Amino acid sequence: MLEIRGLSKSFGGVKATDNVTLDFADGSLTAVIGPNGAGKSTFFNLITGALKPDAGQILLNGVDMAGRSPPDIVRHGIGRAFQVACIFPSLTVQETMLAAVCADQRRASVLHRRFPLAETRDRAEHAMELLGLAGKRNRTAATLSHGDQKLLDIALALVLDPKVLLLDEPTAGMGTEERWRMIDKVRELWETQKITVVFIEHDMDIVFKIAPEIVVLCYGRILATGTPDAIRRNEAVIEAYLGTEHHAEAAI
Amino acid sequence: MTELQAERTGEGLGVPRVETQSTRSRYRDVLIALTAFAVLALLPMLISSKFLLDFVIRCAAYGLFATSLNLLVGYTGLTSFGHGMFFGLGAYGFGLMMQKTGVAVPVALVATLAITFVVALVIGAICVRLKEIYFAFVTLAFQMLIHSTILSWVSLTGGDQGLRGGIPRPPFLGIDLSNHLHLYVVSCALLVIGLLLMHQIAQSPFGYTLRMIRDNATRASFIGIDVWRAKLTIFVLAALFASTGGIIMALFVSGAYPEFAYWTISGEGIFINMLGGVTTFLGPMVGTALFLILNDTVTRVTDYHGIVLGIVILFFAIGLRKGLMDFVVEWYAQRRERSGGRS
Repeated sequence: MLEIRGLSKSFGGVKATDNVTLDFADGSLTAVIGPNGAGKSTFFNLITGALKPDAGQILLNGVDMAGRSPPDIVRHGIGRAFQVACIFPSLTVQETMLAAVCADQRRASVLHRRFPLAETRDRAEHAMELLGLAGKRNRTAATLSHGDQKLLDIALALVLDPKVLLLDEPTAGMGTEERWRMIDKVRELWETQKITVVFIEHDMDIVFKIAPEIVVLCYGRILATGTPDAIRRNEAVIEAYLGTEHHAEAAI
Repeated sequence: MTELQAERTGEGLGVPRVETQSTRSRYRDVLIALTAFAVLALLPMLISSKFLLDFVIRCAAYGLFATSLNLLVGYTGLTSFGHGMFFGLGAYGFGLMMQKTGVAVPVALVATLAITFVVALVIGAICVRLKEIYFAFVTLAFQMLIHSTILSWVSLTGGDQGLRGGIPRPPFLGIDLSNHLHLYVVSCALLVIGLLLMHQIAQSPFGYTLRMIRDNATRASFIGIDVWRAKLTIFVLAALFASTGGIIMALFVSGAYPEFAYWTISGEGIFINMLGGVTTFLGPMVGTALFLILNDTVTRVTDYHGIVLGIVILFFAIGLRKGLMDFVVEWYAQRRERSGGRS
């Protein structure tokens, strides 16, 4: 269970995250939506340790993660993928996976043995299979297509066996068809891996179709939480996010 | 090869084979190292040229230094402009130890490496927090600090005159380093052992951690890698090999001079890496040989050797945009691809 308690972060006078309190149940799938500048990415950055919160708690199974370093938080089981694919351009897909498992097994500073380690093999293989990257194992990451790079980024998070997986716009920069393929993949991963998944998404069609739970952020605050139906009917959401009622109807 | 075939070959690398494969590559390394050492050690029997032996000894000193710099520059993406300080530290540490205490050579060697370890740990802890140009300049600043300490601490270091009067080299285990041939064989042994160890570092899981940090340090930290610690570790390890290079140099010239700790040594290290290339392990070794040949021939012909070396580096940096070994490896890969396509 991931519990966020009174999380706040300001940049100068701007409250990017303003007293956010939220629960993510084990095995839940939640979409975080909100207009540009709503503080979605900041919210992820706070949870993963990229930013230090000004106040509040981030409890993963009761242990507070607030203010810890990214490697520490990752080791506790919160993995993330990035809005812009964040990978190792010169390594091959397979090397990337093997090295990540190595890091997860706390063998990243082993000097006396040769890479790759046999005990990292199965997990790396499994992750490549899951994301459909096994056929491209010997490709250098930099030469992969945009979509495959995004998948590799997710694979990097997933190969560490996280309890919670945070996906910052998994469909960013993709065409319509590719978007649906990616989001189906995300949903499939959530169903098979039984982990808690939180993702940021701009495409309303996608959000309302696949997310059982939706969180709407606006100016760093929680505007609404609930099921797609509840969010669709929420007055405040229609007002602030979806624009006029007319637009809302058009969008939904 | 079709994708399906690629898939199948990939699957062929089952769990047990990964380990056997890597163990085999390690045996292969040791075999190559032993062969290289045997060839180098037998060389004086074939060609009894003092000049050639001197050249190989200098290659050993500079080669260890340049290859260790590549662990920072090429593998980790840490461009140090002050790596030469550890070369100087090795030369002075070893020279002083032999002159002042008169301990056995191996003891002085180990003690010098121990001193280098401590100094590199302190300097590294300050430097590796910094990024790119800031890292480069702060390492350079420490280099200048050590250089000016050597210049001004005249009572210990002899100031700008260097450590004079020769370094005593009492025989140990039947090895007499004042004998030119013995010195040659020991230098070759240190070079081969050093390269073997550095290659192991580069091919270890830690070596891949370094590559990840070079490629994308942010991502590395988000898969649980302590970037600062990894950078500090390689900074210290590289310093130990650079220091060994300095020790060979001190033995070779039987002294230590402030130039060994001057920033130009670091500059030459970068120069060598650019000549040889940073994407292959042996690039800096090839660069070292090229650099020394170039230096020796050019200084004999003209007083303006700086201009010539400058033009050469411009040719490599702007013309080829890579080092010689990068070029060779690429050419070889292309050729193999072409012949593979034909068959």
